[in-house]
Amino acid sequence: MPQLFRPRANALARWIVLLAVIGTIFLGTGATFYLRSDFDTGVNHPLAQPVPFSHQHHVAGLGLDCRYCHTGVETSAVAGIPPTEVCMTCHSQIWTNAAVLAPVRESFASGKPIAWTQVNHVADYVFFNHAIHVAKGVACVTCHGEVDRMPLMMRAHPMQMEWCLGCHRNPTPYLRPPADVFDPEWSPPQDIAAMQAALASHEKIDPSKMTDCYVCHR
Amino acid sequence: MAEARAATLVRGDPGYPEITGRIASIVLAGRLPRIFWLGFLGFFALMLLFLFAIAYLVAAGVGKLGLNVPVVWGTMITNVVWWIGIGHAGTLISAVLLLFRQPWRNSINRFAEAMTLLAVAMAGLFPILHLGRPWFFYWLLPLPNTHMHWPQWRSPLVWDFAAIATYIVVSLLFWYMGLIPDLAVLRDRARSRGAQVFYGLLALGWRGSAFHWKRHQTVYFLLAAIATPLVVSVHSVVSLDFAVAIVPGYHSTIFPPYFVAGALYSGFAMVLTIAIPLRAAFGLRDFITQRHIDNGVKVMLAAGMLVAYGYLSETFFSWYSGTPYDRYELFARFLGPYAPCFWIMLACNVGALQLLWFRRVRNNMALLFGIALVINVGMWLERFVIVVSGPANDFLPSAWNTATLTWLDFALLFGSLGTFFALMFLFVRILPAISIFEVAEEAHQEGAA
Amino acid sequence: MSATAEPLDLARLRAEAVERGPQFWRSLEELADTAAFREYLHNEFPRLAARFDIAPDRRGVLKLMAASLAMAGLTACKKADHIAPYVDKPADVTPGRALHYATALSIGGYGFGAIVESHEGRPTKVEGNPDHPASLGASDAIMQAACLGLYDPERSRTPTKDEQAMSWDAFLGEVAALRDEIGNREGAGFALMIGPITSPSEAWLIDRLRAAYPRMLLCVHDPLAADGERTALQQVFGRATATLPRLGQADVIVSLDADFLGEGPGRLAHARAFSSRRIVRDGATTMARLYAIESTPTITGASADHRWAVRGSAVPAIAAALAARLGLGADVNAPVPSAALDAIAADLRKAAGTGLVVAGPHQSADVHLQVHAMNASLGSFGLAVDYIPPPDYRPPGAVSLGALVEQMRRGAVTALLVLDANPAYTAPGDVSFAEALVKVPRTMHVGRYVDATAKASRWHVPLAHDLERWGDIRAFDGTASIIQPLVQPLYGGHAASEVLSALLGEYSASPLDTLRTYWREIGGLDDAAWRAAIQRGVISGTTSAPVVSNAAPVLSSKVNPAGTGIEVRVVPDPWLRAGEYANNAWLQELPRPLSKIVWGNAALVAPATAGRLQLASGDVVRVARDNNAIELPVSIEPGHPEEVITIALGFGQSAIGQVGNGVGANAFPLRAGEALWFLDGLSVSKAEARAAVVTTQHHHSMEGRDIVRNGTLAEYVANPTFAKDREPAPSGTLYPPWPSREEAWAMVIDQTACIGCMACVSACQAENNIPTVGVDEVANGHEMHWLRVDRYYTGSVDNPGVVFQPVPCMHCEEAPCEEVCPVNATVHTHDGLNAQIYNRCVGTRYCSQNCPYKVRRFNFLDYQPFAEGTGSPLAALMNPDVSVRSRGVMEKCTYCVQRIERGRIEAELADQPIADGAVTPACAQACPTQAIIFGNRNDPGSRVRRLHEHPLDYALLAELNTRPRTTYLARVSNPNPALAKLEEPVHG
Repeated sequence: MPQLFRPRANALARWIVLLAVIGTIFLGTGATFYLRSDFDTGVNHPLAQPVPFSHQHHVAGLGLDCRYCHTGVETSAVAGIPPTEVCMTCHSQIWTNAAVLAPVRESFASGKPIAWTQVNHVADYVFFNHAIHVAKGVACVTCHGEVDRMPLMMRAHPMQMEWCLGCHRNPTPYLRPPADVFDPEWSPPQDIAAMQAALASHEKIDPSKMTDCYVCHR
Repeated sequence: MAEARAATLVRGDPGYPEITGRIASIVLAGRLPRIFWLGFLGFFALMLLFLFAIAYLVAAGVGKLGLNVPVVWGTMITNVVWWIGIGHAGTLISAVLLLFRQPWRNSINRFAEAMTLLAVAMAGLFPILHLGRPWFFYWLLPLPNTHMHWPQWRSPLVWDFAAIATYIVVSLLFWYMGLIPDLAVLRDRARSRGAQVFYGLLALGWRGSAFHWKRHQTVYFLLAAIATPLVVSVHSVVSLDFAVAIVPGYHSTIFPPYFVAGALYSGFAMVLTIAIPLRAAFGLRDFITQRHIDNGVKVMLAAGMLVAYGYLSETFFSWYSGTPYDRYELFARFLGPYAPCFWIMLACNVGALQLLWFRRVRNNMALLFGIALVINVGMWLERFVIVVSGPANDFLPSAWNTATLTWLDFALLFGSLGTFFALMFLFVRILPAISIFEVAEEAHQEGAA
Repeated sequence: MSATAEPLDLARLRAEAVERGPQFWRSLEELADTAAFREYLHNEFPRLAARFDIAPDRRGVLKLMAASLAMAGLTACKKADHIAPYVDKPADVTPGRALHYATALSIGGYGFGAIVESHEGRPTKVEGNPDHPASLGASDAIMQAACLGLYDPERSRTPTKDEQAMSWDAFLGEVAALRDEIGNREGAGFALMIGPITSPSEAWLIDRLRAAYPRMLLCVHDPLAADGERTALQQVFGRATATLPRLGQADVIVSLDADFLGEGPGRLAHARAFSSRRIVRDGATTMARLYAIESTPTITGASADHRWAVRGSAVPAIAAALAARLGLGADVNAPVPSAALDAIAADLRKAAGTGLVVAGPHQSADVHLQVHAMNASLGSFGLAVDYIPPPDYRPPGAVSLGALVEQMRRGAVTALLVLDANPAYTAPGDVSFAEALVKVPRTMHVGRYVDATAKASRWHVPLAHDLERWGDIRAFDGTASIIQPLVQPLYGGHAASEVLSALLGEYSASPLDTLRTYWREIGGLDDAAWRAAIQRGVISGTTSAPVVSNAAPVLSSKVNPAGTGIEVRVVPDPWLRAGEYANNAWLQELPRPLSKIVWGNAALVAPATAGRLQLASGDVVRVARDNNAIELPVSIEPGHPEEVITIALGFGQSAIGQVGNGVGANAFPLRAGEALWFLDGLSVSKAEARAAVVTTQHHHSMEGRDIVRNGTLAEYVANPTFAKDREPAPSGTLYPPWPSREEAWAMVIDQTACIGCMACVSACQAENNIPTVGVDEVANGHEMHWLRVDRYYTGSVDNPGVVFQPVPCMHCEEAPCEEVCPVNATVHTHDGLNAQIYNRCVGTRYCSQNCPYKVRRFNFLDYQPFAEGTGSPLAALMNPDVSVRSRGVMEKCTYCVQRIERGRIEAELADQPIADGAVTPACAQACPTQAIIFGNRNDPGSRVRRLHEHPLDYALLAELNTRPRTTYLARVSNPNPALAKLEEPVHG
């Protein structure tokens, strides 16, 4: 009876087995990394906006305070996107007929809101509250990145649950004096570690409270 | 005469080539009896129903099943327990009896293993269908996720997941290991090139050298040793889903042994349900003889009596516990909304069982087949009664309610049966339903004896 | 949570309108015509606008009622979403922070003060107004469901003529034509029909109208009205007068078929006052005692210490017999044991000025005369009972419905305008309104729905909802409130006052103008007082002063004999009233307090009567008066009077909307002549059909389990810890105890105070985005209410005791659910909550299986689809602080964790601990009797801590060692020892 398979088949079989094992491991790790990569999380991808608004220009250049536009940040869950009228307070005076600002003028005239593209976005079942974070000494840049260096707004952190938990389980290293939370240029002093420890105890920041599920999910 | 014949494991004195030839021919001979194809088509139709039912369930939601609050567990859980139980007989026959050197197992272990594999596959499907959001079933696995979130290890469902997964893997390996030499036989006897390559690949280059046989036996026995504890552990873990809960009627320490006994009971019932028609259809009376059947029935009888004892002690302890909740649950089981299920169950599992004490019954294949079917029904009802009657009347009477089954419950149950048997038929068609080399051993040992 | 913020021009404009007065408002009025408003909607409310034009099918409507909110849906998509900021942000709005406005809601024409929560211009939740006498901060199911009614996509949307859409101006044209027609003949031939109203400004307009058209016909049609009391007191005082029982002052209360806890415009206030004399929480050892004699099971009877169920027509005899024992008139024999009446009389006499007899409004004038005489002889005037001028508008010379229909049939009426009434549905069987209407050439209907009357009329005009109109209204004690709109009319509805002004020729008068004018000129409110009234929700100084009169009691000698044979007792459905709320799924699906029936009405009969007639629950009976017959299923109710069938009104409508149409049977046609509440001479026969009576509770006995522990006041005084004594000491546990350094949230439910009114359940539904599932799903046992009120019967089935037990999540410290969830979807928190994480849940349902209290609810099907476009205007109803749960997810009571978190964040921002009472769950806030107390058990000063240490406090199923955070105060009743041997005590 003739041989069904050539002798090479044996070697081939062994290789297939080996590759199958390696491949599985590779796929597993690959997926794990992909989920955390910028491709998937959208970190560092500037998004197109109806008006190419530059935080770099307005914050670093003109030195506007975050709260000038994001008025709700200290009192409300949402920091708030500035109403068109806020843009017009200046732009009714300067750049009054700049082409890029046409949508702003159009919106103000027609009463139709400008449809900004959301950059920093958490899932709908996550109830994030700006006011309490700001009050406890978590700076804007801690989550939103160095917006004063962003010509176009982009996501600085993945905003995945493990990223949130990273801070909620160990908040101290992310704190700064509440007075400085709105200062994008803030540089930590020498004794920052001691200062943060003091802040944590003074503000009664306790991870055991901050890691309850319903702190974010209700 | 008949007795004398029944005493032998391999009837007549077929030489090895004849054994090999007759078993292999089932697979290799192109044509099978029409009855085979008719049966296959029937079950295949049910298989299609199963697929449709699953699609509908996932699309519409578990609300389409006979469920409500308080009865949030229903036929899906019942089916899991039932199928797992059926699986057990296969493992017992192939692994435990192998270790105990029970030669009579040899001619039924192959399809018993296949039965196990398919039954456990069915059982593995239902926990997922049971979920409200089946697409997230993998959250029960400890995966490195971006939620920084692990499963909740105290939950018996997590243990379950592990137990069933292990059982599937081990059963598969064990079954395949046993198949290899026979696959080689088929490869060598196959005529068409396609069949040769097909079996050739599966046979993994088996040449039947003494060296091969030695390795094979070692691994085979090792796997048997690994599989044996599963016979006890898997269903014990499954039973913990109930025993751990505080629901009256669930919260009982007898559950693990009681469930294992039940598993073997229903398992052997299923073995008979398959073996009897199989030997009739393919003229395998010489390999699956009276004695195989007889032994199987005796195991079934023993297991059945254990189960009956389980009912007794369950009843006694519900009363003896003195808690009003357990006592009421017991009362409800006898006279409550689900009482008919309970009494039918009792009639099937304890009543019908008693017939098996009589040799004449044990020798009457048609009757045995009927009894086996009845017991299969009874064991499903047993699991159903356990699952629903506790929650239906637990602690606060205001919450009591009963759920009525819908067409979907039955579509999924009978669909899974259809799928099981359809695949069983395919197995018989393309793989040797009886272990060639082991029957040969069997004959050899008999010849020596 | 979402960064989306719908703009709110109206909130600011309204606020400024309040500041600047009418002229500014007019400018907004111009903006408010329908077309422009839709345009505005599309610009500013895009999410909603997408949902305003859909024509939903029945299932659709149920989904709408389930009210999905894309914003809060359980969807986690990474793809970029769009943010629509304000163009011009109102000064008083901070996106993400709710605003609260004081207003009032009209129920049966009477005012109930409300505080309405508004998120970026979307009214989402109604609470009671603590400053309002009719609400005292509490609310009931109808108030809670008001927001759903506001967004109901089936409300009438546009004026129509012969079912063709018309403009408001076209309607004004019609009104002008009408004025021309009737102007030169003093209004002869014109008839105005209104529903029950108490609005001073509307009354003022109608009076002006009647002055302008002396010969016009005015008909006040209130299908739930009863004139016995009015007639009787007219006879006594010589002028229209209403009784105002002061239950807070009463030690002994005898209810002669009066359901003062469940019925009437003062029900919430009465419940508060009554419970204030019943609770024995803080060292009190006295209780008021309530004797209830009633013609159908009510929650008042359930709260009574002694209760007798009699046929309604037997009550006059009982009143006379009781009066006789108080030395008034001759004795007659009554269906209540003589010895019992002796004991009651003795008890009343002992209580003297604090004894109170209350009669049901639907009882005859004779009964009310007897009652007035009894209260007079007890010297209870000014103490336990007061008399005030009735707040409702019943002008002399108004004609009855029957009289009006007679005129119409004779062709004497050439024009009829029906304002907020639905006579085509609510007319008695012997008044064929519909036929008569055909004889009227010019017919106009103004209402919220295109209902039976709207369909029968040529013209229909949508009426604005209370939350979208200006108006005023009086409470049961006369106190007036301003109704202020929270949104522009969503469907272009118009206020009643607009229609009345139009009839007066003031076509462009806005409701605010009219209101402001009335209150400035007649009401005498200057701008400051006006602003104060709007802020507080109450106009100070408008409460009616009690009538000071020592009018001699008139004793009616005649006593109508009780009827014989089967008597049909019709009652208003507690939630649907006369049917005006029939299209509200929350109310349809809210279990009735005693029968627990949902989505329909049934023929309630006593077990004995059912036995005699060989009826079983679910059998269909045919109840007929001559050619008017209805068929409805039987439901056997323990404690129901024998030979009586109770049928609820408000059901069986054919033209209210897809939710309410065809639900139940319409009992109005059974009424005839004087017999409006107790109908006899009806034929009752068993039909061959069977129909399901869908209820949410199927087992009514406690099976001897120690679930609702109760005792008498005597037992309590003898042994205050009688409830605790039966409790086993908590056994050990393998798990370490939870650390509880900060708050330990806990709830105590006082079963003595609980009257089973279901307000808590509806409040929970409104606060927590809980879907309705529809009748079929409830029949499957899939209802979603997080909080249920269990009702158990104790004692004999003929006159059982009734106990209520609200069962929310117990938030066990050793929670069985937490141990079995495979995915950590239900976990313990540092402050002791048992948190349920919807987005983690995979739906194994093991937690529900293992919950001994069965308080968990599962989304068996997709009750709240969140895909855009499948929603409805109801999407705006959702509470943005609570996730909308998806199919396959378990949910349950969270102690309103969103409120806890709000409270915590606000406290931390203020750098203070959370004060006791700063966090109140919706159920506790709504409860009329304050039976639910919530707080921090670790705070030694908190009320919940005090009550947890109260001797009556016990834990449900404590023997399971679950260590619940929700505990109960045992129920204490106060039966009359003298009666104890006479009949089985009500308490179990």
